[in-house]
Amino acid sequence: MNTRTLEPQHFKSPAGEVEKQFDNPLQQRDTATIGMWVFMATEIMFFGVLFAAYLILRSLHPAGFAEASRDTDLLLGSIETAVLLVSSITIMIGIRAVRLEQRRIGVAFLGLTVLLGCGFLLIHGLEYRADYFKHLIPGIDYHQSGPYWKVKELFYCMYYFITGFHSLHLFIGICVNAGMTIRVARGSYGEHDYTALELAGLYWHLVDMVWIFVFPLLYLIGRSG
Amino acid sequence: MSTMDTLTLPPPAVDSYLDHDNTLWAWLTTHDHKRIAILYTIGITFFFVLGGIAAAMIRLDLLEPSGLLDPETYNKSFTFHGVVMVWFFLIPSIPATLGNFLLPLMIGARDMAFPRINLASWYLYMIGGLFTAAALVWGGVDTGWTFYTPYSTMFSNTNVYLVIVGVFVTGFSTIFTGINFLVTTHSLRTPGMTWFRLPLFVWAMYAVSLVMVLATPVLAMTLALIGLERGMGVGVFDPALGGDPLLFQHLFWFYSHPAVYIMILPAMGLVSEVISCFARRRIFGYKFMTWSMLAIAVIGFMVWGHHMFVAGMSVYAGMVFSLLSFIVAVPSAIKVFNWTSTLHKGDISFESPMLYVLGFVGLFTMGGLTGLMLAAPALDVPLTDTYFVIAHFHYVMVGGSVMAYMGGIHFWWPKVTGRLYPEGPAKFSAILMFVGFNLTFFPQYILGYDGMPRRYHSYAPQFQTLNVLSSAGASILALSYLLPLLYLVWSLRYGHKAGNNPWQARGLEWQTTSPPPENNFRHPPVVRNAYAYDEPAP
Repeated sequence: MNTRTLEPQHFKSPAGEVEKQFDNPLQQRDTATIGMWVFMATEIMFFGVLFAAYLILRSLHPAGFAEASRDTDLLLGSIETAVLLVSSITIMIGIRAVRLEQRRIGVAFLGLTVLLGCGFLLIHGLEYRADYFKHLIPGIDYHQSGPYWKVKELFYCMYYFITGFHSLHLFIGICVNAGMTIRVARGSYGEHDYTALELAGLYWHLVDMVWIFVFPLLYLIGRSG
Repeated sequence: MSTMDTLTLPPPAVDSYLDHDNTLWAWLTTHDHKRIAILYTIGITFFFVLGGIAAAMIRLDLLEPSGLLDPETYNKSFTFHGVVMVWFFLIPSIPATLGNFLLPLMIGARDMAFPRINLASWYLYMIGGLFTAAALVWGGVDTGWTFYTPYSTMFSNTNVYLVIVGVFVTGFSTIFTGINFLVTTHSLRTPGMTWFRLPLFVWAMYAVSLVMVLATPVLAMTLALIGLERGMGVGVFDPALGGDPLLFQHLFWFYSHPAVYIMILPAMGLVSEVISCFARRRIFGYKFMTWSMLAIAVIGFMVWGHHMFVAGMSVYAGMVFSLLSFIVAVPSAIKVFNWTSTLHKGDISFESPMLYVLGFVGLFTMGGLTGLMLAAPALDVPLTDTYFVIAHFHYVMVGGSVMAYMGGIHFWWPKVTGRLYPEGPAKFSAILMFVGFNLTFFPQYILGYDGMPRRYHSYAPQFQTLNVLSSAGASILALSYLLPLLYLVWSLRYGHKAGNNPWQARGLEWQTTSPPPENNFRHPPVVRNAYAYDEPAP
């Protein structure tokens, strides 16, 4: 990983000056990439706490959590999953196109990724809206009956915290990628410089990966029981 | 002899990082790791004083068995002391100040990998600190630094929000520091600086960064859950709503036990540098030292349950956590053996940094051994929540980390400022600190063993003698912290010029000028060995 050369070299890459702590653009790019991976490790720990708490509470109240799980909207949840998975493909195609200097394809696919992200948030918003009319939102409007009404409230606390935290991440990803799309359109990135774009892509994939865990945990487990 | 050459050479005509742009704005917007280290030093010194005042209130109260303060004030004092000392002094202390200053110098880099994130880390730290200080101004908080539920979520009528927001924000500053250290060590090493030529201080920063990056998010989310439970009735920790109160303790200690290693690992690395220098010997068992630090970082994640032996955890879980806690003591013991082996047959001289560091070795050993006692459930059950625990972790954190921090400040002071401090007062305060510390905390072992519980503002009359002794020791300890503040500041103006390498040390940081130039080295250094004290100085 040590790409340092013996003599200090002051590169002027087409992308702009290499920062003074680096010897060459390659080192700068490697460094930024490692930084992103370490940052993603912290993100996994953030979500890890929520998953651990959720699973422990679920093991304390298996029946109540299973019943609450069945109230989630499987159809919309599946569509959301599909939308996010597709967006992971489109962002990959977009970044690859930018690297190959196919700017118009790049802008199209990155823009599509942003739209898919917005679509996810919209569909999820519809779920939240339906929950509101079913009085399922703890702290705002929660009225349920039946033997498990209290445990279900706990489920929905975790449901809103986990999906809300995930949506916040997705929102940040949308903002970052919208900015990236504009900069690609202006020609800021290309074969010579695509580091920031690739890092934004890594982040987007991470947010998708988190959803791959959220979806079965909240929507699928215990559904048939 | 090269000592004379170095000291008598005229200072090279290189502008140091302190020579230009000394407006307040330039300092507050700097990207230079050395300046950020100084900003951090000012910040943590401020919070150390605040936490110290809270400690003085605690010791004042305990002079009389009935308690000199009212119970409310006492509770708020020990809470504030804990919160400030843990998150605003001990965790950032060595990494954010000395680590920030030295890591790029020690590996021959021009700066950190992400200078802007480094500066952002300082701002987050200060913003978090302001929230916490604001909580004090608005009447304080009384939950204890551990924020145990359900007290913190349902019963406490104090400023829990402000403090958890403060700690939450500061957590991100820790994460940023950790990311920066890890990536800098990976990417910016100078030619010849292989992994096993890294100074042990850098290895310590690396190991501690792993812990910072992986443990701190857990604290942040746990505090967020506390905030939601307090504000919106989310019942994750509330049994009345189906939640699990033990879950909070698991999550909290999953962070807070590794946090103990965040406090001690940097000290271990620092001590290795100083001992090797003043014993004029290669560090003994270099690879064992690196692997043991990494082992501590990893195993440290698996021992949190030993804080919960009496909390209602299953006995079998207790046995496993006890075993793991004994295992984590092994690498710590290896380090102590290797320090003493480094001293063996060394050409030892007792400059003030060495005095501090030798104090560290003794006090840390003492703290570690009593930690083993507490890791055994049979002993821990009667000793839980007594002063024995207080004495144990103060031996590790104050006798250990703070002594090492002071030693490090003295050791690298000539490099940071270009000046020498007066050696006499420095030796005096090192010894004073050792004496004051033992007088403060050794009686607490006895008090705890005799059954005096922690966190009460009053106590049974038979405990008074030892408590008065402890309070007297605390005032000596306070004096030993004030003295360096005076003579170090004095030396900034009146101290002798230090020269580039006053200790004839072998690390890369001593090969550049004192204070270092803005880009650290005039020529990129090439490294051929590590700890070459058996060879003539370069």
